[in-house]
Amino acid sequence: MPDRMPVAKTYKLYVGGAFPRSESGRSYPVSDAKGNFLANAAHASRKDVRDAVVAARKAFPGWSGTTAYNRGQVLYRVAEVLEGRHEQFAAEVAAAEGVSARKAQSLVDAAVDRWVWYAGWTDKIATVLGAANPVAGPYFSFTVPEPSGVAAVLAPQRSSLLGLVSVLAPVLAAGCTAVVVSSTDRPLPAITLSEVLATSDVPAGVVNVLTGRAAELGPWLASHGDVDALDPAGADARERPELARQAADTVKRVLRVPEDEPDWTRPPDIGRLRHYLEAKTVWHPMGA
Amino acid sequence: MTMWEYAPAPESRDIANLKAAYRPFVNGEFVDGGGEPLKTLNPATEEVLAEVGTANASDVDAAVKAARRAYERTWSALPGSERAKYLFRIARLIQERARELAVLETLDNGKPVKESRDADIPTAAAHFFYHAGWADKLSYAGLGPDPRPLGVAGQVIPWNFPLLMLAWKIAPALATGNTVVLKPAETTPLTALVFAEICQQADLPPGVVNILPGAGDVGAELVRHPGVDKVAFTGSTEVGKQIQRAVAGTPKRLTLELGGKAANVVFDDAPLDQAVDGIVNGIFFNQGHVCCAGSRLLAQESVVDELLAKLRYRVSTLRLGDPLDKNTDIGAINSAEQLGKIRELVESGDNEGAHRWTSPCPVPERGFFFAPTVFSGVQQSMRIAREEIFGPVLSVLTFRTPEEAVAKANNTPYGLSAGVWTEKGSRILWMANRLRAGVVWANTFNRFDPAAPFGGYRESGFGREGGRTGLEAYLDA
Repeated sequence: MPDRMPVAKTYKLYVGGAFPRSESGRSYPVSDAKGNFLANAAHASRKDVRDAVVAARKAFPGWSGTTAYNRGQVLYRVAEVLEGRHEQFAAEVAAAEGVSARKAQSLVDAAVDRWVWYAGWTDKIATVLGAANPVAGPYFSFTVPEPSGVAAVLAPQRSSLLGLVSVLAPVLAAGCTAVVVSSTDRPLPAITLSEVLATSDVPAGVVNVLTGRAAELGPWLASHGDVDALDPAGADARERPELARQAADTVKRVLRVPEDEPDWTRPPDIGRLRHYLEAKTVWHPMGA
Repeated sequence: MTMWEYAPAPESRDIANLKAAYRPFVNGEFVDGGGEPLKTLNPATEEVLAEVGTANASDVDAAVKAARRAYERTWSALPGSERAKYLFRIARLIQERARELAVLETLDNGKPVKESRDADIPTAAAHFFYHAGWADKLSYAGLGPDPRPLGVAGQVIPWNFPLLMLAWKIAPALATGNTVVLKPAETTPLTALVFAEICQQADLPPGVVNILPGAGDVGAELVRHPGVDKVAFTGSTEVGKQIQRAVAGTPKRLTLELGGKAANVVFDDAPLDQAVDGIVNGIFFNQGHVCCAGSRLLAQESVVDELLAKLRYRVSTLRLGDPLDKNTDIGAINSAEQLGKIRELVESGDNEGAHRWTSPCPVPERGFFFAPTVFSGVQQSMRIAREEIFGPVLSVLTFRTPEEAVAKANNTPYGLSAGVWTEKGSRILWMANRLRAGVVWANTFNRFDPAAPFGGYRESGFGREGGRTGLEAYLDA
């Protein structure tokens, strides 16, 4: 018997800035890599998907309307707060993924660094992808990237924190809002990351995290009329074609992902960032 | 006010060098297609212009294989600077044959010759000229040091701007080192087949460009062919969704340029006469057969009466008739089928209680024509406010505040283009920022340039054509 009974955390969903249980009342047990019970996670349902999409849509005008400088500072703040909870995340990642303490530390380091990398992109991506168009006429024409809207992200199944951050941070850096379905078997770091987001000035609803099964929730997100883009990374490779077909009914932007989960420790490029951006071209006549 | 009559000034149809028969173009040669030949009509007279051979599944296969061979053996191995020279040459050949192409386009499509002469053909040439210059500069496109072509592109284009849409598709594909199999629209195949002749004149290696006339089944066959690495489609949102579904789960890359229901927003401080010209250009250019047409006019309530009066007067002066006449403003609707769709939607506008005004202009007895029509008192729930009509029909709605204008403009699943008319610069930028559309024209409308990316948000598709952004559609980066 320990001298003091530790207070265990109830892991819930993260929707609209709050931490509700699944409306379905369902939960499922989560174990560590060795099969020892860790906690019960909320088992999100179709209605939780609906609530999360409503929250993400509601948050979109505000988040996409903030200045790029401000978004960059918020993402950098996420890195700061994550760094401050480094030990907690290392323990959770080690438990979830069954990696050594040292490896878990380096994965958390990389996750922090990834937020920092994307934080720096927010006010540069328009310079890199935008243009003043030299059109053949008396017009000023320019092209700017703009966020696509609400992104549905099926987070990687294996990499519980670094993989999650690698797919979520570009959504936010682009100015989109997100509905994330976490890894099914390794969901706890995602909920703890939600606590970081909730205390990092990321506005409510900008990120919504559902724990549960990607195979169950993915189709509702892929076919949802108010979702603009889909990252099917966390879906089983055999299920991705059907998700892509469902996404076609609303002409969603479906990210092309490698068949197997990549090595998330490798430095990213701007491919994901580009995926969540539209190009808008504006014309105005020039004349005295 | 005195109405000055114009004397007719028709272009001679002889300039088109019309032939009795046209054939598919595969591997650098014109071949007999295995499909049922189609007869292409002059929509202004309903006369048969020519018989056109069409492709069947084995022609699609042969064309894709020819494109693959050309990709592997010649085109992708050529230095960009050499590819560029072919494209520059094609641009020049289009310019040299511009008048012929303009008359032929007008015969086959029904658009006024002043539009094919001043817009379609010169812009098509410009697209080749622009992209030619990119061919040896792709490492500067911001897509990494060594962006690679994708391979064989299967491209399907619509009938509203036949040669121009071909140029939007073929020029960037070739410049980036891909080879193409293109299916022109069933009702407008002729200029694409003259373009095939231009490829021969340019000495383009066989198989780099293949042109397969036919109906939707040929397009479906092409899109599904396993030898195609990239699919590019311009057309209706309905077909676009079918294509996205067909391509789902394959390694094929896809770009879609689909329908629209653009809002053209006029504020009370706008220069109204200028705005009226922009509104007219926005909806009546090319008989309204424009995916980015300004088909919803959102007028601020305080100026709607004055604006409508000016608009009706201006529209009543538009000359409808023989597309070959250089004075003609509004030509023929491209097909009986499209005319039927327009009539059906206009009827729905009547039935749903909108107020219809139709230009009193004379309408020829033969041919497919539809007089310019303006609906006022339109509600957002009406079909004429929600569905793409793709004809010379304008729906007028009103708003009071800028916020309401934005909400109404964005209240559509489409997001291709939008227009804003106001003298206030800060309001233009505020509106441009909030309109969910890929192109925003402020105090102008329907401007296109190869250097300016074009494409949609939401169900108007994804991917861009033109500019540096447009290169991404054909490169692995």
